Amino acid sequence: MARTQLIGLGALLFTLAALFLLWNLRAPVSFILTLRAEKLAALILVGAATGVATTLFQTVAQTRLLTPGIVGFDALFVFLQTALVFTLGGVGYVTLPAFGSFLMEAAILVIAAVTLFGVILRNGASDMVRVVLTGVILGILFRGLAGFMQRILDPSEFAVVQQAMFVSFASVRTDQLAVAGVTLGTCLVAAIRLAPRLDVAALGRDSARSLGLDYDRFVLLVLALVAGLVAVSTALVGPITFLGLLAASLAHAVVRSHRHALLIPASAGIGASILVAGQFVFERVLSMASTLAVLIEFAGGLLFLVLVLRRSR
Amino acid sequence: MIEIEGLGFQRDGAPVLHDISARIAPFGITAIIGPNGAGKSTLLHCMAGLLSPSSGVVRINGADVHGASPSERARLLSILTQSQPQVPRLSVGDLVAFGRWPHHRGRPRQEDTRIVEEAIARFQLDPLRDTPLDALSGGQRQRAYVAMAWAQSTPYLLLDEPLSALDPRVAKSIMSQLKDMSRNGRGVVIVLHDLQITAQWADAVIALKDGALFAAGAAEATLTDATLSALYDTAISVRPQADGRIAVLT
Repeated sequence: MARTQLIGLGALLFTLAALFLLWNLRAPVSFILTLRAEKLAALILVGAATGVATTLFQTVAQTRLLTPGIVGFDALFVFLQTALVFTLGGVGYVTLPAFGSFLMEAAILVIAAVTLFGVILRNGASDMVRVVLTGVILGILFRGLAGFMQRILDPSEFAVVQQAMFVSFASVRTDQLAVAGVTLGTCLVAAIRLAPRLDVAALGRDSARSLGLDYDRFVLLVLALVAGLVAVSTALVGPITFLGLLAASLAHAVVRSHRHALLIPASAGIGASILVAGQFVFERVLSMASTLAVLIEFAGGLLFLVLVLRRSR
Repeated sequence: MIEIEGLGFQRDGAPVLHDISARIAPFGITAIIGPNGAGKSTLLHCMAGLLSPSSGVVRINGADVHGASPSERARLLSILTQSQPQVPRLSVGDLVAFGRWPHHRGRPRQEDTRIVEEAIARFQLDPLRDTPLDALSGGQRQRAYVAMAWAQSTPYLLLDEPLSALDPRVAKSIMSQLKDMSRNGRGVVIVLHDLQITAQWADAVIALKDGALFAAGAAEATLTDATLSALYDTAISVRPQADGRIAVLT
Protein backbone atom coordinates (compact mmCIF):
# COMPACT_ATOMS: atom_id res chain seq x y z
CA MET A 1 0.00 0.00 0.00
CA ALA A 2 2.68 2.49 1.08
CA ARG A 3 4.84 1.43 -1.86
CA THR A 4 1.98 2.39 -4.20
CA GLN A 5 1.92 5.83 -2.60
CA LEU A 6 5.67 6.14 -3.18
CA ILE A 7 5.29 5.21 -6.85
CA GLY A 8 2.48 7.78 -7.09
CA LEU A 9 4.74 10.43 -5.53
CA GLY A 10 7.51 9.58 -8.01
CA ALA A 11 5.04 9.88 -10.92
CA LEU A 12 3.79 13.23 -9.58
CA LEU A 13 7.31 14.62 -9.31
CA PHE A 14 8.17 13.35 -12.81
CA THR A 15 5.04 15.01 -14.27
CA LEU A 16 5.75 18.30 -12.47
CA ALA A 17 9.37 18.23 -13.63
CA ALA A 18 8.27 17.63 -17.24
CA LEU A 19 5.77 20.51 -17.00
CA PHE A 20 8.42 22.78 -15.52
CA LEU A 21 10.86 21.97 -18.32
CA LEU A 22 8.56 21.89 -21.33
CA TRP A 23 5.69 24.32 -20.61
CA ASN A 24 5.61 27.16 -23.11
CA LEU A 25 9.06 26.24 -24.46
CA ARG A 26 10.25 28.65 -27.17
CA ALA A 27 13.45 29.21 -29.15
CA PRO A 28 16.33 29.14 -28.36
CA VAL A 29 15.20 25.77 -27.04
CA SER A 30 18.54 24.36 -25.87
CA PHE A 31 19.51 27.56 -24.01
CA ILE A 32 16.14 27.80 -22.22
CA LEU A 33 16.11 24.07 -21.50
CA THR A 34 19.58 24.29 -19.90
CA LEU A 35 18.51 27.21 -17.72
CA ARG A 36 15.31 25.47 -16.68
CA ALA A 37 17.08 22.15 -16.06
CA GLU A 38 19.59 23.83 -13.73
CA LYS A 39 16.82 25.53 -11.79
CA LEU A 40 14.76 22.32 -11.72
CA ALA A 41 17.73 20.37 -10.36
CA ALA A 42 18.24 22.99 -7.63
CA LEU A 43 14.54 22.95 -6.67
CA ILE A 44 14.51 19.15 -6.46
CA LEU A 45 17.75 19.12 -4.42
CA VAL A 46 16.52 21.78 -1.99
CA GLY A 47 13.06 20.21 -1.59
CA ALA A 48 14.42 16.71 -1.07
CA ALA A 49 17.20 17.83 1.29
CA THR A 50 14.83 19.92 3.42
CA GLY A 51 12.17 17.19 3.60
CA VAL A 52 14.64 14.46 4.57
CA ALA A 53 16.51 16.69 7.04
CA THR A 54 13.25 17.46 8.86
CA THR A 55 12.13 13.81 8.96
CA LEU A 56 15.49 12.75 10.42
CA PHE A 57 15.54 15.63 12.90
CA GLN A 58 11.99 14.93 14.08
CA THR A 59 12.91 11.30 14.73
CA VAL A 60 15.86 12.08 17.00
CA ALA A 61 14.05 15.03 18.64
CA GLN A 62 11.04 12.74 19.28
CA THR A 63 8.52 15.31 18.04
CA ARG A 64 6.71 16.16 14.82
CA LEU A 65 6.70 19.86 15.74
CA LEU A 66 10.32 20.77 15.16
CA THR A 67 12.36 21.45 12.07
CA PRO A 68 16.10 22.11 11.94
CA GLY A 69 15.18 25.69 10.95
CA ILE A 70 13.03 26.32 14.04
CA VAL A 71 15.90 25.38 16.34
CA GLY A 72 18.43 27.53 14.50
CA PHE A 73 20.29 25.21 12.07
CA ASP A 74 20.00 27.56 9.09
CA ALA A 75 20.62 30.65 11.25
CA LEU A 76 23.90 28.96 12.12
CA PHE A 77 24.64 28.50 8.41
CA VAL A 78 23.93 32.18 7.65
CA PHE A 79 26.13 33.16 10.60
CA LEU A 80 28.97 31.02 9.22
CA GLN A 81 28.63 32.56 5.74
CA THR A 82 28.57 36.08 7.19
CA ALA A 83 31.62 35.27 9.31
CA LEU A 84 33.43 34.05 6.18
CA VAL A 85 32.67 37.29 4.29
CA PHE A 86 33.62 39.26 7.40
CA THR A 87 37.00 37.54 7.74
CA LEU A 88 37.92 36.91 4.08
CA GLY A 89 36.32 40.06 2.62
CA GLY A 90 33.74 40.12 -0.20
CA VAL A 91 36.30 39.48 -2.96
CA GLY A 92 37.98 36.72 -0.98
CA TYR A 93 34.62 35.06 -0.37
CA VAL A 94 33.33 35.14 -3.97
CA THR A 95 36.66 33.98 -5.37
CA LEU A 96 36.59 30.88 -3.16
CA PRO A 97 36.07 27.82 -5.36
CA ALA A 98 32.38 26.77 -5.09
CA PHE A 99 33.34 23.23 -4.24
CA GLY A 100 35.89 24.15 -1.59
CA SER A 101 33.82 26.84 0.10
CA PHE A 102 30.72 24.62 0.20
CA LEU A 103 32.66 21.73 1.70
CA MET A 104 34.29 24.02 4.26
CA GLU A 105 30.97 25.64 5.27
CA ALA A 106 29.24 22.25 5.40
CA ALA A 107 32.06 20.80 7.53
CA ILE A 108 31.92 23.72 9.99
CA LEU A 109 28.12 23.44 10.13
CA VAL A 110 28.30 19.70 10.78
CA ILE A 111 30.82 20.13 13.61
CA ALA A 112 28.96 23.08 15.18
CA ALA A 113 25.53 21.45 14.86
CA VAL A 114 26.69 18.12 16.26
CA THR A 115 28.37 19.87 19.19
CA LEU A 116 25.46 22.19 20.00
CA PHE A 117 22.47 19.98 19.31
CA GLY A 118 24.24 16.84 20.46
CA VAL A 119 24.42 18.39 23.92
CA ILE A 120 20.80 19.56 23.81
CA LEU A 121 19.47 16.20 22.59
CA ARG A 122 21.79 14.06 24.70
CA ASN A 123 19.04 12.86 27.00
CA GLY A 124 16.71 11.94 24.19
CA ALA A 125 15.09 15.37 24.22
CA SER A 126 13.11 14.33 27.27
CA ASP A 127 12.46 17.98 28.05
CA MET A 128 11.09 19.28 24.77
CA VAL A 129 10.45 22.80 26.07
CA ARG A 130 14.16 23.05 26.92
CA VAL A 131 15.17 21.86 23.45
CA VAL A 132 12.88 24.30 21.64
CA LEU A 133 13.77 27.25 23.83
CA THR A 134 17.51 26.55 23.63
CA GLY A 135 17.26 26.17 19.85
CA VAL A 136 15.25 29.36 19.44
CA ILE A 137 17.67 31.28 21.67
CA LEU A 138 20.66 29.90 19.76
CA GLY A 139 18.94 30.92 16.50
CA ILE A 140 18.47 34.45 17.85
CA LEU A 141 22.10 34.51 18.99
CA PHE A 142 23.39 33.45 15.55
CA ARG A 143 21.09 35.92 13.75
CA GLY A 144 22.16 38.65 16.16
CA LEU A 145 25.86 37.93 15.65
CA ALA A 146 25.38 37.75 11.87
CA GLY A 147 23.39 41.03 11.99
CA PHE A 148 26.14 42.71 14.01
CA MET A 149 28.82 41.69 11.50
CA GLN A 150 26.59 42.79 8.59
CA ARG A 151 26.21 46.26 10.13
CA ILE A 152 29.93 46.84 10.19
CA LEU A 153 30.55 45.33 6.74
CA ASP A 154 31.41 47.36 3.69
CA PRO A 155 28.19 47.88 1.53
CA SER A 156 29.68 45.85 -1.33
CA GLU A 157 30.52 43.01 1.04
CA PHE A 158 27.05 43.28 2.58
CA ALA A 159 25.57 42.69 -0.90
CA VAL A 160 27.49 39.40 -1.02
CA VAL A 161 26.08 38.34 2.35
CA GLN A 162 22.59 39.47 1.34
CA GLN A 163 22.54 36.89 -1.45
CA ALA A 164 23.03 34.15 1.15
CA MET A 165 20.52 35.62 3.62
CA PHE A 166 17.34 35.92 1.59
CA VAL A 167 15.47 32.97 0.19
CA SER A 168 15.17 33.12 -3.57
CA PHE A 169 13.89 30.31 -5.73
CA ALA A 170 14.03 32.59 -8.79
CA SER A 171 17.82 32.96 -8.65
CA VAL A 172 19.21 29.70 -7.32
CA ARG A 173 22.97 29.54 -6.94
CA THR A 174 23.64 26.97 -9.62
CA ASP A 175 27.43 27.18 -9.26
CA GLN A 176 27.16 24.87 -6.27
CA LEU A 177 24.75 22.47 -7.95
CA ALA A 178 27.21 19.63 -8.57
CA VAL A 179 28.63 19.55 -5.05
CA ALA A 180 25.16 19.95 -3.55
CA GLY A 181 23.96 17.03 -5.68
CA VAL A 182 26.83 14.81 -4.52
CA THR A 183 26.27 15.81 -0.88
CA LEU A 184 22.52 15.20 -1.08
CA GLY A 185 23.04 11.87 -2.85
CA THR A 186 25.51 10.74 -0.18
CA CYS A 187 23.24 11.88 2.67
CA LEU A 188 20.17 10.21 1.09
CA VAL A 189 21.97 6.89 0.63
CA ALA A 190 23.24 7.10 4.22
CA ALA A 191 19.76 7.96 5.52
CA ILE A 192 18.17 5.02 3.68
CA ARG A 193 20.86 2.69 5.05
CA LEU A 194 20.14 4.01 8.55
CA ALA A 195 16.37 3.51 8.12
CA PRO A 196 16.09 0.33 10.28
CA ARG A 197 18.08 2.02 13.07
CA LEU A 198 15.96 5.17 12.74
CA ASP A 199 12.87 3.00 13.28
CA VAL A 200 14.40 1.78 16.54
CA ALA A 201 15.54 5.29 17.57
CA ALA A 202 11.95 6.52 17.08
CA LEU A 203 10.94 4.30 20.03
CA GLY A 204 12.78 6.68 22.36
CA ARG A 205 16.14 6.62 24.13
CA ASP A 206 15.40 3.98 26.78
CA SER A 207 13.63 1.55 24.45
CA ALA A 208 16.23 1.99 21.71
CA ARG A 209 19.09 1.36 24.14
CA SER A 210 17.26 -1.63 25.57
CA LEU A 211 17.14 -3.02 22.02
CA GLY A 212 20.90 -2.61 21.66
CA LEU A 213 21.16 0.67 19.73
CA ASP A 214 24.11 2.88 20.70
CA TYR A 215 21.60 5.73 20.91
CA ASP A 216 23.78 8.72 21.82
CA ARG A 217 26.34 8.03 19.11
CA PHE A 218 23.56 7.35 16.59
CA VAL A 219 21.88 10.71 17.38
CA LEU A 220 25.17 12.50 16.65
CA LEU A 221 25.48 10.65 13.33
CA VAL A 222 21.91 11.64 12.37
CA LEU A 223 22.56 15.27 13.39
CA ALA A 224 25.65 15.29 11.16
CA LEU A 225 23.47 14.12 8.25
CA VAL A 226 20.85 16.78 9.06
CA ALA A 227 23.56 19.45 9.09
CA GLY A 228 24.85 18.24 5.70
CA LEU A 229 21.34 18.37 4.23
CA VAL A 230 20.65 21.83 5.69
CA ALA A 231 23.96 22.99 4.17
CA VAL A 232 22.76 21.80 0.74
CA SER A 233 19.47 23.69 0.81
CA THR A 234 20.77 26.85 2.48
CA ALA A 235 23.73 27.08 0.12
CA LEU A 236 21.45 26.90 -2.94
CA VAL A 237 18.47 29.12 -2.01
CA GLY A 238 18.98 30.53 1.49
CA PRO A 239 17.32 29.66 4.80
CA ILE A 240 13.73 28.34 4.67
CA THR A 241 12.15 27.47 7.98
CA PHE A 242 8.86 25.73 7.30
CA LEU A 243 9.22 23.80 4.00
CA GLY A 244 10.55 20.79 5.89
CA LEU A 245 7.61 20.83 8.30
CA LEU A 246 5.20 20.73 5.33
CA ALA A 247 7.12 17.93 3.59
CA ALA A 248 7.60 15.75 6.69
CA SER A 249 3.99 16.16 7.88
CA LEU A 250 2.61 15.35 4.41
CA ALA A 251 4.97 12.34 4.18
CA HIS A 252 3.56 10.93 7.44
CA ALA A 253 0.01 11.55 6.19
CA VAL A 254 0.65 9.95 2.77
CA VAL A 255 2.59 6.79 3.69
CA ARG A 256 0.81 6.26 7.05
CA SER A 257 3.69 4.19 8.40
CA HIS A 258 6.39 4.52 11.05
CA ARG A 259 8.99 2.94 8.73
CA HIS A 260 11.77 5.31 7.67
CA ALA A 261 12.52 3.25 4.56
CA LEU A 262 9.21 4.70 3.31
CA LEU A 263 9.18 8.06 5.13
CA ILE A 264 12.60 9.19 3.82
CA PRO A 265 11.85 8.83 0.09
CA ALA A 266 8.32 10.17 0.65
CA SER A 267 9.52 13.33 2.42
CA ALA A 268 12.18 13.82 -0.29
CA GLY A 269 9.59 13.43 -3.07
CA ILE A 270 7.01 15.67 -1.37
CA GLY A 271 9.54 18.41 -0.54
CA ALA A 272 10.75 18.42 -4.17
CA SER A 273 7.17 18.34 -5.55
CA ILE A 274 6.09 21.32 -3.40
CA LEU A 275 8.97 23.44 -4.67
CA VAL A 276 8.71 22.42 -8.34
CA ALA A 277 4.91 22.86 -8.38
CA GLY A 278 5.07 26.15 -6.48
CA GLN A 279 7.83 27.63 -8.62
CA PHE A 280 6.04 26.48 -11.79
CA VAL A 281 2.81 28.23 -10.74
CA PHE A 282 4.53 31.44 -9.58
CA GLU A 283 6.93 31.67 -12.53
CA ARG A 284 4.80 30.50 -15.45
CA VAL A 285 1.16 31.04 -14.41
CA LEU A 286 1.31 34.06 -12.09
CA SER A 287 4.28 35.62 -13.95
CA MET A 288 6.25 36.14 -10.70
CA ALA A 289 3.38 38.21 -9.17
CA SER A 290 4.47 36.98 -5.74
CA THR A 291 7.24 34.88 -4.24
CA LEU A 292 7.09 31.20 -3.47
CA ALA A 293 9.14 31.56 -0.26
CA VAL A 294 6.46 33.79 1.29
CA LEU A 295 3.71 31.28 0.52
CA ILE A 296 5.73 28.33 1.84
CA GLU A 297 6.58 30.11 5.07
CA PHE A 298 2.92 31.19 5.45
CA ALA A 299 1.51 27.68 4.83
CA GLY A 300 4.24 26.04 6.93
CA GLY A 301 3.72 28.53 9.75
CA LEU A 302 -0.03 27.82 9.76
CA LEU A 303 0.65 24.07 9.86
CA PHE A 304 3.05 24.61 12.77
CA LEU A 305 0.33 26.47 14.70
CA VAL A 306 -2.23 23.75 13.92
CA LEU A 307 0.18 21.05 15.15
CA VAL A 308 0.98 23.00 18.34
CA LEU A 309 -2.71 23.67 19.08
CA ARG A 310 -3.72 20.07 18.36
CA ARG A 311 -0.95 18.83 20.65
CA SER A 312 -1.91 21.14 23.50
CA ARG A 313 -5.51 19.85 23.57
CA MET B 1 22.75 -15.05 37.95
CA ILE B 2 22.70 -11.25 38.36
CA GLU B 3 25.36 -10.13 40.83
CA ILE B 4 25.21 -6.60 42.21
CA GLU B 5 28.31 -5.59 44.17
CA GLY B 6 28.73 -2.32 46.08
CA LEU B 7 26.47 -0.42 43.66
CA GLY B 8 26.22 3.34 44.16
CA PHE B 9 24.60 6.02 42.04
CA GLN B 10 24.63 9.81 42.33
CA ARG B 11 22.34 12.31 40.61
CA ASP B 12 23.65 15.89 40.44
CA GLY B 13 26.13 15.01 43.17
CA ALA B 14 23.47 13.70 45.56
CA PRO B 15 23.60 9.99 46.41
CA VAL B 16 20.53 8.06 45.24
CA LEU B 17 21.83 4.52 45.81
CA HIS B 18 24.63 3.49 48.15
CA ASP B 19 26.56 0.30 48.50
CA ILE B 20 23.91 -2.14 47.30
CA SER B 21 24.94 -5.77 46.99
CA ALA B 22 22.53 -8.54 46.05
CA ARG B 23 22.21 -11.68 43.95
CA ILE B 24 19.27 -12.47 41.72
CA ALA B 25 18.55 -16.05 40.68
CA PRO B 26 18.36 -16.89 36.95
CA PHE B 27 14.74 -18.04 37.37
CA GLY B 28 11.66 -16.99 39.31
CA ILE B 29 10.21 -13.53 39.94
CA THR B 30 12.28 -11.10 42.02
CA ALA B 31 10.33 -8.07 43.23
CA ILE B 32 12.03 -4.79 44.11
CA ILE B 33 9.91 -3.03 46.74
CA GLY B 34 10.24 0.00 48.97
CA PRO B 35 8.67 3.38 49.72
CA ASN B 36 8.53 6.20 47.14
CA GLY B 37 11.98 7.62 46.45
CA ALA B 38 13.79 4.53 47.79
CA GLY B 39 15.73 4.15 44.50
CA LYS B 40 13.87 1.13 43.04
CA SER B 41 13.68 2.41 39.45
CA THR B 42 17.23 3.77 39.65
CA LEU B 43 18.49 0.34 40.73
CA LEU B 44 16.62 -1.31 37.84
CA HIS B 45 18.03 1.23 35.35
CA CYS B 46 21.56 0.66 36.72
CA MET B 47 21.08 -3.09 36.39
CA ALA B 48 19.99 -2.62 32.76
CA GLY B 49 22.95 -0.39 31.90
CA LEU B 50 20.65 2.58 31.17
CA LEU B 51 22.30 4.50 34.03
CA SER B 52 26.02 4.37 34.83
CA PRO B 53 26.70 3.75 38.52
CA SER B 54 29.15 5.96 40.39
CA SER B 55 30.58 2.88 42.10
CA GLY B 56 30.22 -0.88 42.11
CA VAL B 57 29.50 -3.39 39.41
CA VAL B 58 26.57 -5.36 37.97
CA ARG B 59 27.34 -8.72 36.38
CA ILE B 60 24.93 -10.83 34.41
CA ASN B 61 26.05 -14.42 33.91
CA GLY B 62 29.58 -13.19 34.63
CA ALA B 63 29.53 -10.30 32.10
CA ASP B 64 29.94 -6.72 33.35
CA VAL B 65 26.75 -4.95 32.21
CA HIS B 66 28.39 -1.54 31.94
CA GLY B 67 31.44 -2.88 30.12
CA ALA B 68 29.33 -4.68 27.52
CA SER B 69 28.41 -3.06 24.20
CA PRO B 70 24.75 -2.05 23.76
CA SER B 71 24.10 -4.99 21.44
CA GLU B 72 25.73 -7.48 23.84
CA ARG B 73 23.62 -6.04 26.66
CA ALA B 74 20.44 -6.37 24.59
CA ARG B 75 21.08 -10.10 24.30
CA LEU B 76 21.54 -10.45 28.08
CA LEU B 77 18.48 -8.57 29.29
CA SER B 78 15.39 -6.73 28.12
CA ILE B 79 13.85 -3.88 30.08
CA LEU B 80 10.44 -2.26 30.04
CA THR B 81 10.76 1.21 31.52
CA GLN B 82 7.90 3.49 32.55
CA SER B 83 8.56 5.73 29.53
CA GLN B 84 7.14 3.53 26.84
CA PRO B 85 7.34 4.32 23.14
CA GLN B 86 4.64 6.57 21.68
CA VAL B 87 5.12 6.16 17.94
CA PRO B 88 2.05 7.09 15.91
CA ARG B 89 0.78 4.29 13.63
CA LEU B 90 3.10 1.68 15.16
CA SER B 91 1.08 -1.53 15.11
CA VAL B 92 1.16 -4.29 17.73
CA GLY B 93 2.76 -6.67 15.21
CA ASP B 94 5.52 -4.19 14.40
CA LEU B 95 6.15 -3.48 18.10
CA VAL B 96 6.53 -7.17 18.93
CA ALA B 97 8.84 -7.58 15.91
CA PHE B 98 11.16 -4.91 17.38
CA GLY B 99 11.94 -7.47 20.11
CA ARG B 100 14.03 -9.40 17.60
CA TRP B 101 16.06 -6.36 16.51
CA PRO B 102 19.08 -7.12 18.76
CA HIS B 103 19.38 -10.45 16.96
CA HIS B 104 18.91 -9.42 13.32
CA ARG B 105 19.83 -5.66 13.34
CA GLY B 106 17.33 -4.86 10.58
CA ARG B 107 17.61 -8.04 8.51
CA PRO B 108 15.05 -10.48 9.97
CA ARG B 109 15.53 -14.18 9.28
CA GLN B 110 13.00 -17.02 9.31
CA GLU B 111 13.85 -17.79 12.95
CA ASP B 112 13.04 -14.18 13.95
CA THR B 113 9.68 -14.29 12.18
CA ARG B 114 8.87 -17.60 13.91
CA ILE B 115 9.64 -16.19 17.36
CA VAL B 116 7.58 -13.04 16.71
CA GLU B 117 4.62 -15.20 15.63
CA GLU B 118 5.05 -17.33 18.76
CA ALA B 119 5.07 -14.20 20.95
CA ILE B 120 1.92 -12.88 19.29
CA ALA B 121 0.17 -16.22 19.80
CA ARG B 122 1.42 -16.70 23.39
CA PHE B 123 0.18 -13.28 24.49
CA GLN B 124 -3.10 -13.60 22.52
CA LEU B 125 -2.36 -10.57 20.38
CA ASP B 126 -3.39 -12.01 17.03
CA PRO B 127 -6.69 -10.06 16.79
CA LEU B 128 -4.75 -6.86 17.61
CA ARG B 129 -1.82 -7.49 15.26
CA ASP B 130 -2.58 -4.56 12.91
CA THR B 131 -4.03 -2.25 15.56
CA PRO B 132 -1.98 0.89 16.29
CA LEU B 133 -0.68 1.07 19.86
CA ASP B 134 -2.46 4.36 20.54
CA ALA B 135 -5.82 2.63 19.88
CA LEU B 136 -5.26 -0.02 22.60
CA SER B 137 -6.39 -0.05 26.21
CA GLY B 138 -3.70 0.22 28.92
CA GLY B 139 -3.81 -3.53 29.58
CA GLN B 140 -3.60 -4.51 25.90
CA ARG B 141 -0.69 -2.12 25.39
CA GLN B 142 1.18 -3.52 28.39
CA ARG B 143 0.61 -7.05 27.05
CA ALA B 144 2.10 -5.97 23.70
CA TYR B 145 5.19 -4.52 25.42
CA VAL B 146 5.68 -7.69 27.46
CA ALA B 147 5.35 -9.72 24.23
CA MET B 148 8.06 -7.56 22.66
CA ALA B 149 10.33 -8.20 25.65
CA TRP B 150 9.55 -11.92 25.47
CA ALA B 151 10.49 -11.97 21.78
CA GLN B 152 13.87 -10.48 22.70
CA SER B 153 14.69 -13.94 24.12
CA THR B 154 17.03 -12.72 26.86
CA PRO B 155 17.88 -14.64 30.03
CA TYR B 156 16.50 -11.74 32.13
CA LEU B 157 13.48 -9.46 31.83
CA LEU B 158 13.41 -6.27 33.90
CA LEU B 159 10.15 -4.34 34.36
CA ASP B 160 9.64 -0.97 36.02
CA GLU B 161 6.18 -0.77 37.62
CA PRO B 162 4.37 -2.46 34.71
CA LEU B 163 1.11 -2.79 36.66
CA SER B 164 0.51 0.86 37.53
CA ALA B 165 -2.91 2.03 36.28
CA LEU B 166 -4.02 -1.51 35.43
CA ASP B 167 -7.15 -3.07 36.91
CA PRO B 168 -6.74 -6.25 39.05
CA ARG B 169 -7.89 -8.60 36.26
CA VAL B 170 -5.33 -7.26 33.75
CA ALA B 171 -2.61 -7.09 36.42
CA LYS B 172 -3.27 -10.74 37.32
CA SER B 173 -3.15 -11.77 33.67
CA ILE B 174 0.22 -10.03 33.13
CA MET B 175 1.70 -11.46 36.34
CA SER B 176 0.50 -14.90 35.29
CA GLN B 177 2.33 -14.55 31.96
CA LEU B 178 5.47 -13.34 33.73
CA LYS B 179 5.27 -16.30 36.12
CA ASP B 180 5.02 -18.61 33.16
CA MET B 181 8.12 -17.01 31.63
CA SER B 182 10.02 -17.33 34.91
CA ARG B 183 9.15 -21.04 35.08
CA ASN B 184 10.56 -21.49 31.59
CA GLY B 185 14.07 -20.43 32.48
CA ARG B 186 13.92 -16.62 32.40
CA GLY B 187 14.64 -14.45 35.40
CA VAL B 188 12.03 -11.71 35.92
CA VAL B 189 12.96 -8.65 38.01
CA ILE B 190 10.06 -6.33 38.63
CA VAL B 191 9.59 -3.08 40.53
CA LEU B 192 6.30 -3.31 42.41
CA HIS B 193 4.33 -0.99 44.68
CA ASP B 194 1.49 -3.39 45.45
CA LEU B 195 2.51 -5.60 48.39
CA GLN B 196 -0.44 -7.92 47.83
CA ILE B 197 0.74 -8.68 44.30
CA THR B 198 4.30 -9.04 45.59
CA ALA B 199 3.15 -11.56 48.21
CA GLN B 200 1.13 -13.47 45.67
CA TRP B 201 3.62 -13.72 42.80
CA ALA B 202 7.20 -12.98 43.90
CA ASP B 203 9.68 -15.74 44.68
CA ALA B 204 12.32 -13.36 46.03
CA VAL B 205 12.27 -9.79 47.29
CA ILE B 206 14.80 -6.94 47.36
CA ALA B 207 13.63 -4.18 49.72
CA LEU B 208 15.17 -0.71 49.43
CA LYS B 209 14.86 2.20 51.80
CA ASP B 210 16.53 5.64 51.39
CA GLY B 211 18.72 4.31 48.59
CA ALA B 212 20.17 1.45 50.63
CA LEU B 213 19.44 -2.25 50.80
CA PHE B 214 16.97 -2.84 53.64
CA ALA B 215 16.32 -6.56 53.20
CA ALA B 216 16.75 -9.27 50.57
CA GLY B 217 15.87 -12.93 50.32
CA ALA B 218 13.08 -15.40 49.66
CA ALA B 219 9.62 -13.78 49.63
CA GLU B 220 8.31 -15.72 52.65
CA ALA B 221 11.36 -14.76 54.71
CA THR B 222 11.33 -11.08 53.70
CA LEU B 223 7.63 -10.26 53.74
CA THR B 224 7.13 -10.26 57.52
CA ASP B 225 5.24 -7.93 59.84
CA ALA B 226 8.44 -6.55 61.30
CA THR B 227 10.32 -6.02 58.01
CA LEU B 228 7.42 -4.42 56.13
CA SER B 229 6.39 -2.20 59.05
CA ALA B 230 9.95 -0.94 59.44
CA LEU B 231 10.38 -0.57 55.66
CA TYR B 232 7.30 1.62 55.19
CA ASP B 233 7.28 3.21 58.68
CA THR B 234 3.69 2.12 59.22
CA ALA B 235 1.98 -0.89 60.79
CA ILE B 236 1.70 -3.72 58.24
CA SER B 237 0.77 -7.29 59.06
CA VAL B 238 0.85 -10.44 57.00
CA ARG B 239 -1.37 -13.52 57.29
CA PRO B 240 -0.64 -16.99 55.94
CA GLN B 241 -3.16 -18.33 53.41
CA ALA B 242 -4.31 -21.83 52.54
CA ASP B 243 -2.18 -21.97 49.34
CA GLY B 244 1.00 -21.34 51.31
CA ARG B 245 1.23 -17.71 50.14
CA ILE B 246 0.62 -14.77 52.45
CA ALA B 247 -1.88 -11.93 52.46
CA VAL B 248 -0.62 -8.46 53.36
CA LEU B 249 -2.89 -6.29 55.49
CA THR B 250 -2.09 -2.58 55.61
